[in-house]
Amino acid sequence: MTTTTVAFNKLSSQKLSGQQLSNDVRMPAGQVWRAYWTEAKYEMLRACRAPAFAIPFFAMPIVFYVLVGIFLVGSMSKGDPHIIPTMFVNWATFGVMGPGMFGFGMFVATEREQGLLRLKRALPMPTSSYVLAKMAMTMMFAFIIMITLIVAAVFVGHAHLTAGQYALITLIDLLGSLLFCSIGLFIGTWASAKSAPAFVNLAYLPMMHLGGLFYPLPKSIQPVEFFSPAFYLNKLNLYVAGAQSMDGLAFGAGPTSHATPVLCIAVIIAVTLFFGLLATRRLKRLG
Amino acid sequence: MKHECLAELNGVSKRFGKVVALDGLNLQIRAGELFALLGQNGAGKTTAISLLLGLQPPDTGTALLFGRSPLEIAARRGIGVMMQEAALVSELRVREQIELVASYYPDAMMPEAAMQFTHTESLADRPYGKLSGGQKRQVQFALAICGRPRLLFLDEPTVGLDIQSRELMWSTLRRLVSEGAAIVLTTHYLEEAEALADRVAVLAKGRVIASGTVNEMRALVVRKQISCSSGLSVEQIRTWKEVQSVQRDHKGLQITAGNVEAVVRRLLDEDEDLQDLEIHRAGLAETFTELTQESAQ
Repeated sequence: MTTTTVAFNKLSSQKLSGQQLSNDVRMPAGQVWRAYWTEAKYEMLRACRAPAFAIPFFAMPIVFYVLVGIFLVGSMSKGDPHIIPTMFVNWATFGVMGPGMFGFGMFVATEREQGLLRLKRALPMPTSSYVLAKMAMTMMFAFIIMITLIVAAVFVGHAHLTAGQYALITLIDLLGSLLFCSIGLFIGTWASAKSAPAFVNLAYLPMMHLGGLFYPLPKSIQPVEFFSPAFYLNKLNLYVAGAQSMDGLAFGAGPTSHATPVLCIAVIIAVTLFFGLLATRRLKRLG
Repeated sequence: MKHECLAELNGVSKRFGKVVALDGLNLQIRAGELFALLGQNGAGKTTAISLLLGLQPPDTGTALLFGRSPLEIAARRGIGVMMQEAALVSELRVREQIELVASYYPDAMMPEAAMQFTHTESLADRPYGKLSGGQKRQVQFALAICGRPRLLFLDEPTVGLDIQSRELMWSTLRRLVSEGAAIVLTTHYLEEAEALADRVAVLAKGRVIASGTVNEMRALVVRKQISCSSGLSVEQIRTWKEVQSVQRDHKGLQITAGNVEAVVRRLLDEDEDLQDLEIHRAGLAETFTELTQESAQ
């Protein structure tokens, strides 16, 4: 008897249909966790296998941080030590924004439009597994980005932060990336697959440029930074790093100096919940 | 023997704005049957299935899956789903797709077994995005059965499949039914419903306009068709009172009649040279067309 025949005979004896009465189909907690893990694992894998997604988000933060944050700004500031940790914090904020906003915004819009979300909702996928898997993917990307930035900051940028500061900034940025997941999810639940990248960029670019990440804003227009959620995450990490914002370094104390850590945390949580709840409501309505 | 009811819609109505999608619909799907839900586009098939899958709530009436709300995950652990318009993640390989969906079920089969049942082993390591249309349908079928469902929802399952793959899918479906599972099939291929279904329901304007076994459905349309080669003229035959319509095409005379036996007897009497006599009973396709046309009038 050949191997194939044996395999087929084994299969023939298997039942295709479930035995148990489905009126009480319970799943052990271990199996439920396994389902969550499998979903997250494959979400991470598919994001890594999509070069148009993975390469820009892994490469851009480190390349720009080293070229602009370390070499260009370093030479322009003639070695001003105050700007070194600021650059690290700013490029870290930039780094963790992209995967959440684009990962949720584009993937959710596409999967919604192509019927995958509908299929997953019909299947017995554990509640929230879909969103949690994408959050895990975003945090994995954010973690790898942070590690590459820290390595560059330590060995090339000489940012002179303590291990504790690096760890705390990483933790804050990982949790802070959920803020961008929430905004991305909101866009993904409303926009079509074709328009999602445009809407994500419409939120992403002003948030970065008006958040004081790349250049200082004059005092007269600094209040606009309060409308950028990225500003609060960045400001919080500047406190941890004991560093000043670009505005502060260029123009001294201004309106944005009054954003306290408590205010930053409160705004980050509030904005995350606001867009998260709006998106969840929308997801429930999608049939 | 009375079979257990696995899914039901009781007096269900659903509107989308001014459009009435379902209008007091009642459906029951019992264990061990293949139930085909037929209807023209916009008849309410997709909405009816959406309600049973818990994707939307009914405006009035109840939708039950294994006696529970379809919104409960425990109820949905007994179902498998194959949707016509669901594009899976293109970067994931076939084995990975099956492993992911299998992880949702308490007693799922191994990915290898699901692939063997659906003859997709050779595709195991290929990214889903690189498969042909027919291969994608086979993989979606593997996902639908990998959780050993007691109730399987299939939407146009054989679109894009070659004949061999279609036969294979049909035999797997028959096996599932023989093991006591139920299958809800929505299809535009009426010959598929005719070949597989134990029971058929035809929907129009959100209501069931006819339901029963395939034979019962075909009996709803009493007319039959006779084809033959004859020297009799079309005008002459048209005057016979049993004849509903007659025409001549390249195969010969095509006569539609209620009482075919009387017409055949008269044909044989009047034309000694009659040849190639054939009688066709109305198929499900003709029944479907007639029923939906009547409903539209």
